[in-house]
Amino acid sequence: MQEFTQLFIALDETNKTSAKLAALQAYFQHAPPRDAAWAVTYLTGRRPKTPVNAGQIRRWAALAAGIPDWLFDESYEAVGDLAETVSLLLPVEGKSAPLTLAQWLEERLLPLAGKTEEEKQLAIQTWWEELDQPGRFVFTKLLTGAWRVGVSQRLVTRALAAALDMEADVIAHRLMGEWQPDDSFYAFLQEPDTSDADVSKPYPFYLAYPFDDEPTSLGEIGSWQVEWKWDGIRAQVIRRGGQIFIWSRGEELVTERFPEIAEAAKLLADGTVIDGEILAWSVEENGAVLPFSQLQRRLGRKTVGKKLLSEVPVILMAYDLLEWGGEDRRTTPLYERRQQLELILTKLSDHPVLRLSPVLVGESWRALEQKRQESRERLVEGFVLKSKDSAYGVGRKRGEWWKWKVDPFSADVVLLYAQRGSGRRASLYTDYTFGVWQGDQLLPFAKAYSGLSDAEIREVDRFIRQNTLEKFGPVRSVPPKLVMELHFEGIRRSKRHKSGIAVRFPRIARWRKDKPPEEADSIETIMALLPASERNLQ
Amino acid sequence: MILAPDDKGLYCPAGDFHIDPWRPVKKAIITHAHGDHARPGSKSYLCALPGERPLSLRMGGSVQTLAYGERLTIGNATVSFHPAGHVLGSAQIRVEVGGEVWVVSGDYKREPDSTCELFEIVECHTFITESTFGLPIYRWQPADQILNDIRSWWQGNAKDGKTSILFCYVMGKTQRIMAYLKKYENDIGKIYAHGALQQMNEAYRQSSVALPTAPNPVDMEAKHNFSGALIFAPPSAQGTPWMRRFKKQVTGRASGWMRVRGRRRRLAIDRGFVLSDHADWPQLLQTIADTGAERIIATHGSTATLVRFLREQGLAAEAMVSTPWEEAEEM
Repeated sequence: MQEFTQLFIALDETNKTSAKLAALQAYFQHAPPRDAAWAVTYLTGRRPKTPVNAGQIRRWAALAAGIPDWLFDESYEAVGDLAETVSLLLPVEGKSAPLTLAQWLEERLLPLAGKTEEEKQLAIQTWWEELDQPGRFVFTKLLTGAWRVGVSQRLVTRALAAALDMEADVIAHRLMGEWQPDDSFYAFLQEPDTSDADVSKPYPFYLAYPFDDEPTSLGEIGSWQVEWKWDGIRAQVIRRGGQIFIWSRGEELVTERFPEIAEAAKLLADGTVIDGEILAWSVEENGAVLPFSQLQRRLGRKTVGKKLLSEVPVILMAYDLLEWGGEDRRTTPLYERRQQLELILTKLSDHPVLRLSPVLVGESWRALEQKRQESRERLVEGFVLKSKDSAYGVGRKRGEWWKWKVDPFSADVVLLYAQRGSGRRASLYTDYTFGVWQGDQLLPFAKAYSGLSDAEIREVDRFIRQNTLEKFGPVRSVPPKLVMELHFEGIRRSKRHKSGIAVRFPRIARWRKDKPPEEADSIETIMALLPASERNLQ
Repeated sequence: MILAPDDKGLYCPAGDFHIDPWRPVKKAIITHAHGDHARPGSKSYLCALPGERPLSLRMGGSVQTLAYGERLTIGNATVSFHPAGHVLGSAQIRVEVGGEVWVVSGDYKREPDSTCELFEIVECHTFITESTFGLPIYRWQPADQILNDIRSWWQGNAKDGKTSILFCYVMGKTQRIMAYLKKYENDIGKIYAHGALQQMNEAYRQSSVALPTAPNPVDMEAKHNFSGALIFAPPSAQGTPWMRRFKKQVTGRASGWMRVRGRRRRLAIDRGFVLSDHADWPQLLQTIADTGAERIIATHGSTATLVRFLREQGLAAEAMVSTPWEEAEEM
């Protein structure tokens, strides 16, 4: 338990992703597998139902501390966290009991379920006395379950992979499977035969680099494949071993959320992997992409009801073929992969759900540039330009794949602070401050007040209230979790702003529920948007 | 009423003086030299003898003094100073008029502190107590343990070649920690003190408090290597260009507020040490009981909470009204 307490405090006290990763990795390297499994259970939000509620905790803590309820409430008001308040209020400082995390949970906490209220109270109060203040804090956290330590499933996966010397996507796959917190946890994750996981394994996504030059600089137009930059969720559809897996770019398995795509993918031959974009698509008018806000209605829920399925149908706009005949084809030149992709999809005789991303042909860059002006009307973000000889690479690289977006400028930013609005938004947190990455810290970058729908504003407001880290006067800080796409018109250097940059008319374009905060933009990416004359100034 | 607030401060009609006035007055009697208790501009100042140097430094002129325990008659009032244990020269002020005794605590703590005299219990009818940490979440660990934590933090950082920067209030906290570390100054590394601390350190040394040598880092030659050193700095120095001279730095803050996680995180420091020069919740209650006072007046801090709690315990307690002090700034 002591190690777990230290882990929790280490995670809690830093905002640096690298430090969190290091703390997790160190923990997993030393913790017994049973403890580690329980830690993962809590850190990834799968905690078991606890046999006591917050009201009981308040009451018992006030009694143990010998203070009236109102004074408990005032203390809570000053601290802002129930478990921490309890830990600070109790007068006795015990020595951390020499039990493991698994023992605390399996032998003590969970068996409380069948006990009477009096028995529960006596047990909890006794255990509080056994622990020192940090131990009491983390133990009470196990009871209340409000875990806001800025750790994503992905970070846990990475840490486990590093500690166990395994591939991160094997761990990701196995963590999503069936497992119990027991002694075999590490053995289960480390099973050297990875065929179970291999079957679901996606390839790392290859991303296009922002293009801000004259297209003529790219040379001959004929050596480029030009497609619309669709505005949906980038995904890989995997058909292997008789199964279907859909991975989003957030490295999340989302198969169940898009049943129509999973169903259509059954038509693919075994050993096929397609890279594409999931889009909300109107079936009337012979098909057209729907605004991203419609697609958002399909996100954020694990299963989809019939009504939503018919209101917001989705398709996969296929970009690329990564695997075919069970073989990794990523080093095959793009034009060959494309040919094969066309062949496969044509064989499905223009399936309404598996569609081919059209290739745009123009006589000159100038002609294409005109076409590009249609982007906004078409609800796409511009062009993607891919060198026809290119392999399917890893990550984001300059040179072979470009995203040539239409204005405005855009950045993916992370919500850091919120303040109440005024007027009709007076009771809601609607004024946001967003950050971008600088190394592994988030740097406040811009404020924005508009762009979200009323329903989204309410959702963000709820998130802020439930996840407030600190209050400074009217401002609240929240864990860096919500990623928004920010649009703005102009960008220049500014000495008055902490980020060194000021933007004009920033507004929220949309809420990127599909993006983990680690994938938000960095200050370097933002700087690259500066006019050339300002780019190299210090 | 022996003491009642007027527009300048806490006033004693019988002796025609003010205690810790916030506006200039004719005669100011001062509990201690912290800025929220001692303000410049008054015609005369009186404080406890050991507080002479810090107070005259802060007020920019000479001050009158009275030894702890010695009685002075001012008009119809008899005034004496008694150790409050807060910082060097800090005093509770006892005022007796016609057999009725009031004590103004100023800021105080009950724990021993090598830089000042131990708090003394003064029996009284009315006790005006501070309540900076008037919530039961504030409970201090023994100071020796925290001081030891600070030492091993410095030692650990020094071993890694890092510079430790510790933010502490200019008067009191800095010298308390420095005095404790004196015996380690040659074992672990060098100690430095920000320019804003130099004069107060000197005032303490002149008052016979033994402090380690702690030059101003600004006085070192350019590119001086501070690795392994401990730097004392006022909280206002955090985030200033002054900090850039220290490579591989680790920051810490010593304050009672560090007890709460949110406060620690808001300050964006690497380590918080819960070390306070104020009474924690148990000490406040203990002291109130020890004075035997029939009436308690709470000021400076969580007054409403403390008053409500005391009343529920059956004590006659009230909050001091019309004090313009800023809420909850620990010094």
